[in-house]
Amino acid sequence: MARIESEIGTPKGGFMKWIDDRFPFTETLKAHATEYYASKNFNIWYIFGVLATVVLVIQLLTGIFLTMNYKPSAAEAFASVEYIMRDVEWGWLIRYMHSTGASFFFIVVYLHMFRAMLYGSYKKPRELIWIIGMLIFFVLMAEAFAGYLLPWGQMSYWGAQVIISLFGAIPFVGETLVEYIRGDYSISDITLNRFFALHVIALPLALVALVFVHIVALHHVGSNNPDGIEIKNHKGPDGIPLDGVAFHPYHTSKDLVYIIAFLMIFSFVMFFAPEMGGYFLEHANFEPANTMATPEHIAPVWYFTPFYAILRAVPNKLWGAILMAAAVLLPLFLPWLDRSRVKSIRYRGWIYKTALAVFAVSFLVLGWLGVQPAEGVYVMMARIFSVLYFGFFLLMPYYTAIDKTKPVPDRVVYHA
Amino acid sequence: MLKAGRLIAVLMTLGLHSASFAAGGAKLEPAGNDVDNVVSLQRGARNFMNYCSGCHSARYVRFNNVARGLGLSEDQVIENLMFNAEKTFETIRAAMPAEDAARWFGQAPPDLSLMARARGTDYVYSFLKGFYIDPDSPTGVDNVILAGTSMPHVLWELQGLQTAEFTNVEQQGVVFDRFELFSPGALSPEEYDSFVRDTVNFMEYIAEPVRSTRRKLGVWVLMFLTVFLVIASMLKKQIWKDVT
Repeated sequence: MARIESEIGTPKGGFMKWIDDRFPFTETLKAHATEYYASKNFNIWYIFGVLATVVLVIQLLTGIFLTMNYKPSAAEAFASVEYIMRDVEWGWLIRYMHSTGASFFFIVVYLHMFRAMLYGSYKKPRELIWIIGMLIFFVLMAEAFAGYLLPWGQMSYWGAQVIISLFGAIPFVGETLVEYIRGDYSISDITLNRFFALHVIALPLALVALVFVHIVALHHVGSNNPDGIEIKNHKGPDGIPLDGVAFHPYHTSKDLVYIIAFLMIFSFVMFFAPEMGGYFLEHANFEPANTMATPEHIAPVWYFTPFYAILRAVPNKLWGAILMAAAVLLPLFLPWLDRSRVKSIRYRGWIYKTALAVFAVSFLVLGWLGVQPAEGVYVMMARIFSVLYFGFFLLMPYYTAIDKTKPVPDRVVYHA
Repeated sequence: MLKAGRLIAVLMTLGLHSASFAAGGAKLEPAGNDVDNVVSLQRGARNFMNYCSGCHSARYVRFNNVARGLGLSEDQVIENLMFNAEKTFETIRAAMPAEDAARWFGQAPPDLSLMARARGTDYVYSFLKGFYIDPDSPTGVDNVILAGTSMPHVLWELQGLQTAEFTNVEQQGVVFDRFELFSPGALSPEEYDSFVRDTVNFMEYIAEPVRSTRRKLGVWVLMFLTVFLVIASMLKKQIWKDVT
């Protein structure tokens, strides 16, 4: 024993030493918490990554308990959800947490992504963090889509019918592909079963793995900040960034305050408006799936509506599907579309500020248009705002190159 | 197989169809019910079991849960509400067999467990008040909220019978204007309104029996989080004191 101790290094002793000799526990804790330094001037935009993790945990935990009582079969799914709502002890709370969590997941993820656009967090050296993040977003969309079929209500069924049928627009292989996805000639028990498998194991596994990689990459290069300054460029004699504070206890104590505030908003919706006026739980989904009757309006859940509005803005189905896919994929290329020399919006010129505002408004208006019927003035509006949405990305190499930037200071701006 | 193109076509015609319903359909009247009013819920349960459950099931609703939620003893429920059930843990089944119902009415009457949540209380309230005499209909009545409904006017003895006046509005076509009482029923219009309101109230209750529980619990959760928020902010201030 003594020989091994001398090989491993500074003798400590006790239980922690026993662990650390066999697993880098203290080392990992230091690297990722007590000695991971992030800028002290984080503002509220920097909370949404933590909140996304909180919601992920909520979804995973509630999902486990829902799975214990849910029946993935066309004959029993709807009734089993009502069983959870009425007969399972605290089942209603678990279910509302999960359904509210789904919408809040997208709220925090959209805000998290917008933060990256505000402060140029996707720019060098954080391109990979951004790309992994986009992959997380894609998996999240698939996860939400698969999950939405499971209650087997009218909107579950017809929403899935419309979205899956989009793949039919692909030339030559479309119809075959649609059958392959459904596993049947229409959405059926078979489709429900495979969506269940995807929703409870395949996609969550991918999600957790990607989130892990996202955080590893982030901790490797270090967090950005509202000034877009690399704090590692200004280190003290002890090697610690002068503008950084340790993740724990500084950022954890600050995050805790925000997490509680977030849980208050979350609880308010969950306890007092779980349907959120038909946006979080659509009214038509309280009717069991009926293959013979379509609901009056088929609209996807709110978090897909900006892309749905782009789909419907195009008269040709194939091009509509292509543009919708492009709208989802385009942000992937932001690190190379953005040619500005500065990261943060604080030091950018009026052109980027205007462009980002136009983008944000377009995204919100498209989201609103996605729940309106596709007729009359709404179609024209959807076209105009789709053009603006694409314009933001496609013209970015030009307007970010000519935009006048302000000088970036050496150290972050912080008022204690 | 439903080809994608045909599906879109089906959806579009359905869209037009519902638009024409809307043209003939009347505005919804606010139900004005209060799910926290237990006495109204008890009356609504009585109405529901007497007038609705002959044809409609509420297959997710157990009698013992209704008893608990409405402040009734199991004996009271057994005596007053359970016409078609043996045990209190059973759910509300329709007296009429579904196959017969489908043959007689063209389609089986829908389950009402979640109707108030799916369509809204105002919809159900207006629907139950919206029947009018239509000699062309097999049931003798039609409805201004759901044109062509196969449901007969089950409550006609209470409401009486009414005719509907339609006017021709430019650009909108024929629009419902008002009802005219044709023959009065056992209840006055005000009494009928409150009869329907109680019934709708019960339907809103069975659609989400946990509603009052979640609201009560929500207040406690928010109070706890408020206290926790104050403590966490103090902790944060303390820890950040030395950051300059």
